[in-house]
Amino acid sequence: MNVVNTLQIIVANMLIYSTPLIFTSIGGVFSERGGIVNVGLEGIMTIGAFSSVVFNLTTAGMFGSMTPWLSILFGALIGALFSSLHAVATVNLRADHIVSGTVLNLMAPALGVFLLQVFYQQGQININEQIGYWNVPLLSNIPVIGKIFFTQTSLPGFLAIVVAILAWYVLFKTRFGLRLRSVGENPQAADTLGINVYAYRWAGVLLSGVLGGVGGAIYAQAISGNFSVSTIAGQGFISLAAMIFGKWNPIGAMLSSLLFGLFTSLAVVGGQIPGIKEIPSSFLQMAPYVFTIIVLALFLGKAIAPKADGVNYIKSK
Amino acid sequence: CRSHDASGTSGKVKTDLKAAIVTDANGVNDRSFNQSAWEGLQSWGKENNLKKGTGYTYFQSNSASDYTTNYNSAEQQGYKLLFGIGFSLQDATSAAAKNNPKSNFVIVDSVIKDQKNVTSATFADNESAYLAGVAAAKATKTNKIGFIGGMQSDVITRFEKGYVAGAKSVKSDIKVDIQYAGSFSDAAKGKTIAAAMYGSGDDVVYQCAGGVGTGVFSEAKALNSSKNEADKVWVIGVDQDQEYLGKYKSKDGKDSNFVLVSTIKEVGTVVKDIADKTKDGKFPGGTIVTYNLKNGGVDLGLDNATSEIKDAVAKAKTDIIDGKITVPSK
Repeated sequence: MNVVNTLQIIVANMLIYSTPLIFTSIGGVFSERGGIVNVGLEGIMTIGAFSSVVFNLTTAGMFGSMTPWLSILFGALIGALFSSLHAVATVNLRADHIVSGTVLNLMAPALGVFLLQVFYQQGQININEQIGYWNVPLLSNIPVIGKIFFTQTSLPGFLAIVVAILAWYVLFKTRFGLRLRSVGENPQAADTLGINVYAYRWAGVLLSGVLGGVGGAIYAQAISGNFSVSTIAGQGFISLAAMIFGKWNPIGAMLSSLLFGLFTSLAVVGGQIPGIKEIPSSFLQMAPYVFTIIVLALFLGKAIAPKADGVNYIKSK
Repeated sequence: CRSHDASGTSGKVKTDLKAAIVTDANGVNDRSFNQSAWEGLQSWGKENNLKKGTGYTYFQSNSASDYTTNYNSAEQQGYKLLFGIGFSLQDATSAAAKNNPKSNFVIVDSVIKDQKNVTSATFADNESAYLAGVAAAKATKTNKIGFIGGMQSDVITRFEKGYVAGAKSVKSDIKVDIQYAGSFSDAAKGKTIAAAMYGSGDDVVYQCAGGVGTGVFSEAKALNSSKNEADKVWVIGVDQDQEYLGKYKSKDGKDSNFVLVSTIKEVGTVVKDIADKTKDGKFPGGTIVTYNLKNGGVDLGLDNATSEIKDAVAKAKTDIIDGKITVPSK
């Protein structure tokens, strides 16, 4: 394996590994910036993965190679629907955010497997149409750099980076973003200025449902190629951690996700490189977690949550 | 064990033994262990004219915390022969056997020692993995092949050692890359490991890693779809015939399949065999029963093997059954 090939594999796998985490952690940012803690991301991802797999299997004959992409959109829709349970419970019924999020996490895998049994009489199911490799047009022709960054890579990965930038713009440069953040920092003040706190909090949670659904759907459509009870096993919680490490900022969340993907990819590819190969595999397996924590602690400093994050707003009559 | 009617006219219940399986968390339709066990038990039940729910049944576990509960409900409903499917049920099975000394227990794919009412059914996975190694060594063009394990344990090591021995028996200078994912569910990690292996020139990868393996299939599919059919890389299936996961369309537009062979554990055969023995009052309690190539407990599915590979595998199989080759397991 030569150096360019090795780097290409590291970069491509970093992107592939991080993509679901990037989408989901940005979803978390929207929810929590609006003041609703969302530990239910794991459950939302599970539902996103499940619904996208069902959509894929149902429509593969109709849409051909477009199927996985449409399945991701469907996963987003169902993710939003599923997250509305969290919104009703926390925004309108003033439930504890952690409890409601945990309900989503407990419900999603069970619901997914139950419905699989009803639809297909199977406990797990595989899809045939998946998202494969992608070469970036034009850029892949650049010598060396093009080979490393733009060949045999992941289109959803590049989309995730674009979405992160867009999300940053929406959150910090638009009126919607300013109001959403104000609702998460000081809902009383926002309310007195005529902002509909409940509506903005709903919007934040629904956006997290859309993005979490996309994250789960991409995992199923591009990585696992199936849905079972263990398809989504912890990615939602890693996304939650990425959101916190990223200081509730979409770009930060993206970078922490990418960093985690990079270290995972390095640890795996390191297993092929003499010198690193001799390190006991348990150390290589824990390396991504350890290095991510070290790097983020050194360079990012203290992460402070939105002030009213997790606090229910009770509008006085 | 009292037998109602040993001569067995059709339609009449042939035994009053009630047998049940307790699945692991993958559920009864996992297209793998649990499903195979359930099919074996169903066929045993039908042979003995039993009815599902009264003579035989399954108890599905959705998480590890269900194992003990499931054993208790099976006991209350009068099931006297209970199969724990998979090594994750080891502790629960051992405890249930101690609490219910009059029932018989079987732990599949693990070992419980010194309990008279427990039989341990193990598989000589090293033998089927050896055959997979022979097939891989015959198929590789780069003289480099890969092995991806889930978590390190005696069971997975058995696969690894057999595979390596089989490959080396064909080409003594073959290079075998071995990596463990440290998980049985992280498909993304499986995909990354597979990408690194194929990228470094391995053209056959054997995955023994549960859900991690789905990532290996997804990587092989993505990679093969971007190549001509003649340059495809292979995956070796595990525990069941996984050929159905290997269908793809190559860059030059050919419908093809990248599953070379699959090592198969016949869990159903084991369930049926032990249920039959128990019915006849010969429950092999306190012993370890090994199911191997010779008694049909493990096998190799020759999914897309060429005739040359088939011949080599058949010869190795005969040699193992005749005892000419002893396959290492540690």
